[in-house]
Amino acid sequence: MLSYTLKRLALAIPTLLIVITISFFLMRVAPGGPFDGERQLPPEIEANLKAAYHLDEPLPMQYLRYMGNLLQGDFGPSFKYKDFSVTELIVQGFPVSLELGFWAILLALAIGLPLGVIAALKRNSSIDYLVMSIALGGIAVPNFVIAPLLALVFGVLLAWLPAGGWNGGAWQNMLLPVIALSIQQIAYIARMMRASMIEILSSHFIRTARAKGLSESEVIWRHAMRPAMLPVVSYLGPAIAGIITGSVVIEQIFGIPGIGRYFVQGALNRDYTLVMGTVVFYGALIVLLNLIVDLLYSVLDPQIRYDD
Amino acid sequence: MSKALLEIDNLCVDFQVPSGTVSAVRGVSFTIHEGETLALVGESGSGKSVTSTATMRLLPELAKVTGAIRFDGEDLLKVTPKRMRRIRGNDISMIFQEPMTSLNPLHRIGRQIAEVLGKHRGLKGSAARSKVIELLNQVGIPEPERRIDSYPHELSGGQRQRVMIAIALACEPKLLIADEPTTALDVTVQAQILELLKDLQQRYGMAILFITHDLTLVKHFADRVCVMRYGEVVETGETQALFTSPQHDYTKMLIDAEPQGTKAMGDANAPVLLEARDVHVRFALKKRLFGKSEYFEAVRGIDLTVRRGQTIGIVGESGSGKSTFGRALLRLLDSSGDITFEQVDITQLDKNGMRPLRSKMQVVFQDPFGSLSPRLTVGEIISEGLKVHHPEFTRRDRDARVAEALAEVSLDPAMRNRYPHEFSGGQRQRIAIARALVLKPEFLLLDEPTSALDRSVQVTVIELLRNLQRKYDLTYLFISHDLSVVRALADTVLVMKEGQVVERGIAAEIFAAPKEPYTRALMKAAFLTSPVSAA
Amino acid sequence: MTTDTTPYSSDERSTGLPAGGPNPPAAPDVKPGDSLGREAWRRLKQNKAAMASLVILIVMAIICVAGPWFMPWDLDEVDWEAFMAEPSLSSGHLLGTDANGRDLLTRTLYGGRVSLSVALVATVVSLVIGVLYGAISGYVGGRVDNAMMRFVDIMYSLPFMFLVILLMVVFGRNIFLIYAAIGAVEWLDMARIVRGQTLGLKRREFIEAAHALGVKGSTIVTRHLIPNALGPVIVYVTLTVPKVILLESFLSFLGLGVQEPLTSWGVLISEGKDMMETAPWMLLVPSLFLAVTLFCLNFLGDGLRDALDPKTR
Repeated sequence: MLSYTLKRLALAIPTLLIVITISFFLMRVAPGGPFDGERQLPPEIEANLKAAYHLDEPLPMQYLRYMGNLLQGDFGPSFKYKDFSVTELIVQGFPVSLELGFWAILLALAIGLPLGVIAALKRNSSIDYLVMSIALGGIAVPNFVIAPLLALVFGVLLAWLPAGGWNGGAWQNMLLPVIALSIQQIAYIARMMRASMIEILSSHFIRTARAKGLSESEVIWRHAMRPAMLPVVSYLGPAIAGIITGSVVIEQIFGIPGIGRYFVQGALNRDYTLVMGTVVFYGALIVLLNLIVDLLYSVLDPQIRYDD
Repeated sequence: MSKALLEIDNLCVDFQVPSGTVSAVRGVSFTIHEGETLALVGESGSGKSVTSTATMRLLPELAKVTGAIRFDGEDLLKVTPKRMRRIRGNDISMIFQEPMTSLNPLHRIGRQIAEVLGKHRGLKGSAARSKVIELLNQVGIPEPERRIDSYPHELSGGQRQRVMIAIALACEPKLLIADEPTTALDVTVQAQILELLKDLQQRYGMAILFITHDLTLVKHFADRVCVMRYGEVVETGETQALFTSPQHDYTKMLIDAEPQGTKAMGDANAPVLLEARDVHVRFALKKRLFGKSEYFEAVRGIDLTVRRGQTIGIVGESGSGKSTFGRALLRLLDSSGDITFEQVDITQLDKNGMRPLRSKMQVVFQDPFGSLSPRLTVGEIISEGLKVHHPEFTRRDRDARVAEALAEVSLDPAMRNRYPHEFSGGQRQRIAIARALVLKPEFLLLDEPTSALDRSVQVTVIELLRNLQRKYDLTYLFISHDLSVVRALADTVLVMKEGQVVERGIAAEIFAAPKEPYTRALMKAAFLTSPVSAA
Repeated sequence: MTTDTTPYSSDERSTGLPAGGPNPPAAPDVKPGDSLGREAWRRLKQNKAAMASLVILIVMAIICVAGPWFMPWDLDEVDWEAFMAEPSLSSGHLLGTDANGRDLLTRTLYGGRVSLSVALVATVVSLVIGVLYGAISGYVGGRVDNAMMRFVDIMYSLPFMFLVILLMVVFGRNIFLIYAAIGAVEWLDMARIVRGQTLGLKRREFIEAAHALGVKGSTIVTRHLIPNALGPVIVYVTLTVPKVILLESFLSFLGLGVQEPLTSWGVLISEGKDMMETAPWMLLVPSLFLAVTLFCLNFLGDGLRDALDPKTR
């Protein structure tokens, strides 16, 4: 287990290197520099600025310097938010995004799993068809459609909840974005849970459990639940990645000051260092969370031995 | 005679399927007395498993069950679900055919056994644990104190079946239903499990409903036999009486379905067709991109000489390397050592060099469902080899040859436009034989060609192979785990274990007087104590 | 069971239940000469939801491709008398206009062209790369397979969405870049599926039998491997198309997709979102088109999966 963890961490290094390298060079081949824009700078001032940011050095040097700074947690300065470094922006925004993402994934599991189980137990009944149609709808209507609709209906027309803003993470402000972010994952998880529950319920060891004289609820809770959840656990990695990606638009729509919004604004404003910083940060986050999910899986399934 | 324990009276089971109703069991009646063993015998589709599952009321809800199942005077079809749960695992318990998948993979075996004890006996904690250890001991699991904390995947198939038996016997039931409990196991393991069941039956005085397709087992295991076909009981009787004077034609046919006859020794001076020297095959267990790979040696140095017209039988349990060796001989797998076919050294030939020889050496595999390409018609499957080896043939030539080959294996040539999934197991195996035969080969590798078939179908396939051999002077290499089939077909036998030959010789001699202990164990397990020594 | 002694061996299977377990059989009443493909089509035809979806999708494709030619307005033609006009029959703007007085139905149909073309091209890109990569990896096996799959693993853990966005930021908005970028994201799953299929099929006895017949490697791949791996690939393709449409809309929504004067459903939804309080139809119309398309594609995908692999039902 420990050696597997170390190996996975070792595999994460080239992955992150690729992300960083691609981002770095993409940024450098981008047309224009950080200082052209609002107004033309005198050549000598521009030269001074370039020297200050080490942009006059040869590219390999710059690359090494960037890597070195990264190791110290320094993503460089933001070009547009002049008073902030990218690191500062990420440190500011991350807790907000984290809170949003955490509640979204929790909600997705809390609703998706029971829905899937109910549909599986009432297989081919009207409840099953209803749940699965709703789930399909959740997949078909993307979050960037649901989010403005939610804001329109509950924020503007009914005025029950604020249509945007963060307000220090008050639950009223959080509710709509969390719902919008989790709907798609609820749908995926419900579908997956239903399929795997149906498969497990027809497996031989469930027949054994019934032959022991266990009641149906004992059969489901003790024997079917955990194995049926395994595919959902392995889906958690992609689910988390999906929620992180989704938070980019959701933060934008609801005006939430997380990293997602910085990312979009950075992208639209050509704030290359900010975009790159967030990409690298997200990359590291996704790699790390995937590792945690895989380790969680091995804890749940004794048949997995990560000794290779 | 002791009193009746289970009386099944006019039991009918219908399944509602989209295309209508399928009657799986139609008016079955039989009785099991306390402490006796009743064997329910039938081929696939006879309804024997449905009957036993209905007794436990474990059929899916879409099954319609009528009649009566009286257990200790109580009609199980009428009791409440709650009462039924008190009976399951307590008064009646069941073991299944699939030891590999019948245990919950995520729970330790100790917990799975203790669960029944907790449910029906209220045993918890250390009391339950010591009872579980006692049970594991009784079913012959070594080191029960350690094994109690194992997960199912850490045990072999035989051990898992023992754990299933421990679960079934934990509450000392009055009736044990054993649904093909040994079918998925190797013969030697099968014998051990049956012995264990007999032992435990005597100790606990329980009745056993033993469901099987294998009449050989029945003869040695059951007090009475009940033969089923098409969901109906054909004949019931005392085991001895039933075997000596079967009343019904179907029973007679089943008993005769034991492969009969032997093959006379071939001409000892016939020319050598295939010769193998010191054949080794190894598989990579872990292929590493860098560094040393790990290997497993499946075949460890085997010599073999095959003369024209001979049938060599290779016998062994699963994992003995017999199939691997057969594939290596046909150069379907890489191997080391020398193999010559018709005096040509084929070890050095590449794919193109092998191609002309391929029409002379053909193969028939075990799995009638996996060996035919599902998206091609039977005609296309059979003619594929003709396209490779006789490119000069016109479409019409090929069609004629295909029809001829189908007729040769007793299939209607009109069937050549159909797809494999429309045929039964036995028919598919005939198609596979036709595919090999159409090339007019000299040497045929038969890799467990009858193992997936019902006994009665098996006999007809064996008969077909015999006739073809006589007609075309074919040479067979027959691989099987089933000693009775090998005895019927082979003139020379090799017994394999762990990649090596433990014993070889003339079939009749080996079956009459096996020299090696392993061969003897195999035969004892298959109840093939020869008629000579029995007398 | 029949005794197999009739002159022509009869079908033993037609007589009842398999021994395996309590599950009833699928009652195979197959007409002679039915290929698996035709059987699957018959099963699909019985699935009303899937067939309805198929019809709606065909209609959707036809009106998006041909519709704009019959519309009285062009993509960026401004109706100076109707800014943010409500949907109405009398003005001729059946689904209203946007803030610049452009006909929304026309724009939505044009947007549909873009979305569908991205779906088509990106799916084909992912299909070609994925099938080739997966089939080679699975068929060659051994170390090559190991290395190729390690590469896919690394690619998998890349935050692709973000790299695509970075790409868009740097190189500007270009529809061909979108095709390529999305195709490059989606081939990974396809490669894994095809490799899995190939590995499984390679061990099947009918492939071994073909080798034993001396059939050439290339013939084995085209005649035995690919046709048998096709089912899962088809199912996966129908599930890739909605994913691709969604991705493109997502990028467009962020303002990183296609550029004016071209438009796509994602762009229209984004525009509509800003106007939803005053002109809700601007959000609802493109959203509806997108949702219906995605809904139908998913339904069809589910239906195909059930039809091709009845076990999963």
